[in-house]
Amino acid sequence: MCALGGNKMQWKDLFKVKPKYITVNPDLMKKQEAKQIADKKDVAEGLWFKCEDCGEIIYNRELDRNLKVCFKCGHHFRLSSLERLALLLDQESFWEYDANLQSEDPLEFTDLKKYPDRLTAAQQSTGLLEAVVTGEGKVLGHDVVIGAMDFNFMAGSMGSVVGEKLARAIEQAIEKKLPVIICSCSGGARMQEGMLSLMQMAKTSAALGRLHQAGLLYISVLTDPTTGGVTASFASLGDIIIAESGALVGFTGRRVIEQTIRQKLPQNFQTAEFLLEHGMVDMVVERKDLKATIGKILDLHNGAEGGLAGA
Amino acid sequence: MLNGILEFEKPLLELERKIQELRAFSKEKGIDLIDEIKTLENKAIIMKKEIYSNLSSWEKVQLARHPQRPSTLDYIKLIFDDFLELHGDRLYGDDKSIIGGLANLDGLNVTFLGYQKGRDTKENIVRNFGMPHPEGYRKALRLMKQAEKFSRPIICLIDTPGAYPGIAAEERGQGEAIARNLLEMSLLKVPIIAVIIGEGGSGGALALGIGDKIAMLEHAVYSVSSPEACAAILWKDASKAQQAANVLRMTAQNLKELEVIDDIISEPLGGAHRDYAQIGSMLKAFLRENINCLSEKNIDNLLEERYNKLRRIGAFTQRLEE
Repeated sequence: MCALGGNKMQWKDLFKVKPKYITVNPDLMKKQEAKQIADKKDVAEGLWFKCEDCGEIIYNRELDRNLKVCFKCGHHFRLSSLERLALLLDQESFWEYDANLQSEDPLEFTDLKKYPDRLTAAQQSTGLLEAVVTGEGKVLGHDVVIGAMDFNFMAGSMGSVVGEKLARAIEQAIEKKLPVIICSCSGGARMQEGMLSLMQMAKTSAALGRLHQAGLLYISVLTDPTTGGVTASFASLGDIIIAESGALVGFTGRRVIEQTIRQKLPQNFQTAEFLLEHGMVDMVVERKDLKATIGKILDLHNGAEGGLAGA
Repeated sequence: MLNGILEFEKPLLELERKIQELRAFSKEKGIDLIDEIKTLENKAIIMKKEIYSNLSSWEKVQLARHPQRPSTLDYIKLIFDDFLELHGDRLYGDDKSIIGGLANLDGLNVTFLGYQKGRDTKENIVRNFGMPHPEGYRKALRLMKQAEKFSRPIICLIDTPGAYPGIAAEERGQGEAIARNLLEMSLLKVPIIAVIIGEGGSGGALALGIGDKIAMLEHAVYSVSSPEACAAILWKDASKAQQAANVLRMTAQNLKELEVIDDIISEPLGGAHRDYAQIGSMLKAFLRENINCLSEKNIDNLLEERYNKLRRIGAFTQRLEE
């Protein structure tokens, strides 16, 4: 299996500008077919998408062209790690690190399924070996080291490989004196690797400690959802923290808190907007503005690498 | 569990009760039963060894959570010659689930931090069941930074089900507070020793668990999530906690094998709660020996080793290109 080859395919798809398909009028389509399609789950697969927020039926290609944001309500659908990289990086600028690292089964863990079986299933469904893709690339001409997590791979959970790939990427950034961008998207630590997973929180945070000492910039991008051990480690340690619109971000999951305190939580609890209000993030940014915002941060930061001491 | 008696201890307690009865009977009737009593006593010792050297993961979880198990406050009395508690994070409040302060260990001044659970409901309400809010972690960080300023070694005792899952904790940045401690502890220019004395629950425990020496008491447990939470998530059934405890590899022995911890500190036969003085002196000896050893090291080497230790943890392979 060649992960990089797989990347290129999806890469090009995302940058296609010339529409080869018919542009549809969503309103017309809605009248004619919406009800019928909404009731049939299978039919929508591949071609049609129903917005999980407002129920709008959207033509799949149109949704892709709109960066997977609902036209009607602005709901941000999740991006895969490769879609995320395609969103942020300049065309053909990506060089992947450590594409061939994969998890072992150190605990010989079995719950309802065996861990290796879960891994294989995730690898087959995503075409990735693990829940994060790391490497270097350019954002509007700026060289960066970047990592993007993938929720489709075992809920983006952090096991040994996720921790190791991120730590290695951060170390590369220190060596090459580059800023780091990590796009988090994770349910937290991976239960199936037990304490080895938990310790990846320490590993990634320690690596960021060294990046900090080297005077290098770290931009943390929180996407939907970012929770648990990822929130309690690298995701919260950015010099600048950006939350994507509508992202759910928190340490403890909503359900667990509701069970503990036995009351319903407010609607906006743990949303990007909630975090901004409580001073936990620098800004909330819509997906369409994310690349430009990161570019602007890098512009404003440019020349400051290594600080005054480096001058 | 009733009155702190655990299920697996019952045969032993039954035998101990029989021995007592036999003694009383022998005394009352004036019959010489020394041989019989001796035989039973030997049997009890063998049984004790057998039970406590073959505890299942779930039995260890129960022992680690035993209400009579010595806590941070007990160890402060057992280990230190002097202790002065310091309060507050200077930002929001004082979290009573983490105790911090200055201590004297055989003439050496140290900064001490420890999670504190309660023994009964009343104490648990005060201590929030040993589950800190962000201000607890931030108090700990403030005191650790102070330790660095004055070159004092840091000792952390860990015993917590986890960070508190509540609205206020989220509003004040529970994730950030834990993350910040992980980053800062990896860089602190003083020796750090962390010991899990009871229950080490998830990121909430790890937040004081970075160090140059990480040890666990023999029957302590440390896990990525509580067995109950793990069972609820993976089996969709919280009653599968026993099974979860087993697969999570959360005992001191498992974690030494996985190279997550450096050392295991032996407990008195039957567990730490059976003999406070003995576990106190064992822990004290461990701390003294390791602080001495770590203090002799050059600080740059110490930090390099601390970093490398974290860097090594994990299991993965390189897949060859096909």
